[in-house]
Amino acid sequence: MNDAGTLALAALGLPLCAFVLLAVVAPLRRAGKAAGALGIAAIGGALVAALVLWRSGQGVELAWSWLPAEGGPMATVGILVDPVAAVMLVLVALVSFLVQLYSLGYLEHETGPALGRYYAYHSLFAVSMIGLVLAGNFLQMFIFWELVGLCSYLLIGFWYDKPEAARAAVKAFWTTKVGDLGFIIGIVLLWGRAGTFTFSELFKMAGDGTLAPDGLGLVMFLIYLGAVGKSAQFPLHVWLPDAMEGPTPVSALIHAATMVAAGVYLVTRAYPLFLLTPDVLALIGWVGAFTALLAAVLGLVQADIKRVLAYSTVSQLGYMMAALGAGALGAGFFHLLTHGLFKALLFLGAGAVIHAVGTNDVWRMGRLGGAMPQTAIVFLVGTLALAGIWPLAGFFSKDAVLAGVWEGGLTVPFLMLALTVFLTAFYMFRVVFLVFFGAGRAEGHPHDPPVSMSLPLWTLAGLTVGVGGYFALRGGGQEGHGPGWIPWVSSALAVAGIVCAWVTYQKQAVSAETLARIFAPLYTAAQRKFWLDDFYGAVYRGGFLALSRLVGWVDRYLVDGLVNWASAWTLRVGDRLRRIQTGRAQDYLYGVAFGLLLVIVWSYWP
Amino acid sequence: MDLNVWILSLITWMPFVGALLIMFTARHRPRAVRLIAAVATGISLLLSLVAYARFDGDVDAARFQFYQKVALVPPLGISYEVGADGIGLVLVLLTAIIIFAGVFASWTVETRSQEFYALLLVLVTGVFGVFVSLDLFVFFLFYELAVLPMYLLIGIWGSSAQIRPRGLFGWAMRETGVGSKEYAAMKLTLYLLLGSAFILVGILALYMAAGGASFSFLEMEGVAFDPVLQRWVFLLFYVGFGILAGIWPLHTWSPDGHASAPTAVSMLHAGVLMKLGAYGVVRLGMGLLPEGTHDWVPLVGTIATINIVYGALSAMAQTDLKYVIAYSSVSHMGIVLLGAATLTEAGLNGSVFQMFAHGIMTGLFFALVGLVYEKAHSREIFRMGGFGRMMPGIATAFTIGGLSSLGLPATAGFVAEFLTFLGAWRSAHSWWLFPAVAGTFLTAIYVLRVVKQIFWGAVPAGGEFHDLPDARGPEWVALVLLIFVIVLFGVAPGIALGPIDTATVPLLARLGALP
Repeated sequence: MNDAGTLALAALGLPLCAFVLLAVVAPLRRAGKAAGALGIAAIGGALVAALVLWRSGQGVELAWSWLPAEGGPMATVGILVDPVAAVMLVLVALVSFLVQLYSLGYLEHETGPALGRYYAYHSLFAVSMIGLVLAGNFLQMFIFWELVGLCSYLLIGFWYDKPEAARAAVKAFWTTKVGDLGFIIGIVLLWGRAGTFTFSELFKMAGDGTLAPDGLGLVMFLIYLGAVGKSAQFPLHVWLPDAMEGPTPVSALIHAATMVAAGVYLVTRAYPLFLLTPDVLALIGWVGAFTALLAAVLGLVQADIKRVLAYSTVSQLGYMMAALGAGALGAGFFHLLTHGLFKALLFLGAGAVIHAVGTNDVWRMGRLGGAMPQTAIVFLVGTLALAGIWPLAGFFSKDAVLAGVWEGGLTVPFLMLALTVFLTAFYMFRVVFLVFFGAGRAEGHPHDPPVSMSLPLWTLAGLTVGVGGYFALRGGGQEGHGPGWIPWVSSALAVAGIVCAWVTYQKQAVSAETLARIFAPLYTAAQRKFWLDDFYGAVYRGGFLALSRLVGWVDRYLVDGLVNWASAWTLRVGDRLRRIQTGRAQDYLYGVAFGLLLVIVWSYWP
Repeated sequence: MDLNVWILSLITWMPFVGALLIMFTARHRPRAVRLIAAVATGISLLLSLVAYARFDGDVDAARFQFYQKVALVPPLGISYEVGADGIGLVLVLLTAIIIFAGVFASWTVETRSQEFYALLLVLVTGVFGVFVSLDLFVFFLFYELAVLPMYLLIGIWGSSAQIRPRGLFGWAMRETGVGSKEYAAMKLTLYLLLGSAFILVGILALYMAAGGASFSFLEMEGVAFDPVLQRWVFLLFYVGFGILAGIWPLHTWSPDGHASAPTAVSMLHAGVLMKLGAYGVVRLGMGLLPEGTHDWVPLVGTIATINIVYGALSAMAQTDLKYVIAYSSVSHMGIVLLGAATLTEAGLNGSVFQMFAHGIMTGLFFALVGLVYEKAHSREIFRMGGFGRMMPGIATAFTIGGLSSLGLPATAGFVAEFLTFLGAWRSAHSWWLFPAVAGTFLTAIYVLRVVKQIFWGAVPAGGEFHDLPDARGPEWVALVLLIFVIVLFGVAPGIALGPIDTATVPLLARLGALP
């Protein structure tokens, strides 16, 4: 084991130790703040290890037997560090660290045991997410994939006595589980043809053509289904907006920067296999672009600041997937990284606002720019990055995506994504104008957050500017190979979106109601979330629950009814037969006579 | 005295000795009763761990270890012959863990605790005996010893449920008294005795066909039985043992029985006794009748998939918490039989692993349901709510059990299900994979729905449930032990798969099912 192996294990092991300590040592967990300090220290250590590992540029692959079998293990667990994993590891550790730090301030009013539980879940999440990033085979990836899903479920339901939170947690678990069914079947099918789960062996087989391509499309489609669930692609995106019932830092970490990007990471990881199935890749591109547009439309009509951000996350995940589908692997992954930074920034900024004014409703906020200048500045940085304004990080990655999709020949998806650029700028600046400027007025006396919360905000803002500045100085992103007009068009669209938002929500030259009237059918459809939630609700109640009641009835009253019928019939027959025993000697004598007769007949029968 | 020779007998008979001690020395001293029970089962548990550690995992050497033979009736070829291979070893450990936890989980049984614990311990001796016996006659005696005390345990210490007689057979349900604990006890006993009648016929048929000289499993293994005989005897074993394993449609004794039984008995019954059935199918059916096995596996596997989906849907329909768990056992036993029917290394390993994993998690579930019932005096899921705040420990344990049940990675349930999936796809009937996977989704629906309803949300208004206590002292022993095992075997499945593999590979080789 070389240095890289040790560092990777340290990054994995430190949060694991924190989790085990918090889970097992009850007094430590109930101490609250101390539990938080432990969690933060552990993830801080993991962050250092991740940074050192990334700078060293070393790679490593380790594996230990996990499922022993005759003639060598059937499956292994281990660690795979390559450039993709290393940079993803840094992102995960960094955002986890900042969010855990931020949470100390954000959740200051929670009781000790609740805070301890929160940090235990967070440590488990860090372990699982790092394990997912470092996984060297599909099975291990699936294992940690499910574990991050578990943490998501637990943290959405952190305030478990709120019925909405309980419902949202369960919905998130079930919806992602639907995708995971495809994922696990895909893994099993892939094992059935290749006999291994390990990426490096599979890639080798893909490279030298020993992996039969016929039927592989189905396998890769099934694996992609896992990514559809986790990365909230249409039609399984419905859980992510509801997941905003969890505490805001959780949304920033799990439902914006890291876990939801796991699906993109999965496709990135298994890209050599997806390259063998161009049809599936094209599907990924189309679904991604459609998701981006659909979620942007939904983001237009939300009143809850976190839901706007949630839909924007869905939309941006669509961008990443579209790039991967179009063959622009680097662009998609690049957007994952930059998006992780500025979306975490936006969520944490929104958290600072919510923390200050005590509501999520943008219509009940306003003119917070003066009261919370720091928050306003960092939020604006994040918004500009998301809208794709030069020279922030989002500009370069978004252009790389657009260029990639154009180059990949997916013209219609490209147009959808371009329209989405306009919509993104519009709905994000709608929020900015309503919250920080605008005409409304928030209640109470809002103020900037304490230093434990503002430090992560400034760090992320600095990184968003810094990464963008780095590429600006270098003269463009490393992936920007598309035609020269793309940055101009996308910038123009973004600026147009900002101007429209300014006209509507700041100048109020056009009222929002008028816009809603003009786009009435679309507006209604978006308000109803395109009826997808209603549809799934109907499937759940009318399909699963109704079918279960039917089966339950059949079991109790038909299958078991037959058993009872046999039993009751036996009892009745027994009751009849009992009456033969009359106790009168004559009756018995008749019986003996009849029996004798039978014996005689039988003996003399010819 | 060589420990390697005596260890299985010690494990098996220790609870019996405990039962005798309880009957003769601890009259009217409930504390002493519990102490004796805990010590006796504790010794069995420790010795099972010792046996586990001493097991030689070398594939060629493995087979039946800790072998001991004492002739009982030489003219008939009956002897007390015990030994354990990897499968038996794992199941002995399972039994020891469950009964030890069960003693602690039912620490609060007050009525006739002396008789209760004595019967429980006698029953456990029977279970251990089945798993270690290599003589089919003694095997059958132990089998009956494991089944019969159940009648008294449910009939006396059980609880009744409310079931409305309805439908075509409503009259029959009324006449048989559906729902009462006496009904459940009678149904379970009659059903299982019916099964043992099939088994006895099967055993005697093999004994005769092998020449009538010996009941020894090891000697019968060497006999090539006539294919037609194999076909019919396998069916006898499948139906006979299958009843105990809860195969559809012969499963209906199990929800009623488990729901009516007192906590420790439900734990033992769903956790271990149902495994006796599956063990019988694997050991006697597949072990002695290779051609019969090949004749019937399509049916065995197909019915197993019905079990998985049908059991899960039935569980979803229940409103009584104990019935939900009871039906989940029907569903999970489907995984066990499906894995076995795949006739693949992965599948059969998954099958045995699921026997262990399901035993532990269902034991945990029934312990928790017992605790919730004891504290809230209700089993009606939709009348409860918000218990998480009052009993966080129980809520956590229930969630972990539920997650294992729905096959979440890092719990034992995942390993078992995943291996079974792999086996199903590699088997001759690869479509078995799909109902099996669908079953995990249905499980996720009903388990999380129950967790949300009972532990999350707000406490229902009305003041019926307030200030309910969490688990206490001895009860924690059971919960912590079972959770630890679930997580340990989920994280490091090799601990169990190593020994299991040494037994399944030779078995599959004899079946001609290894490539």
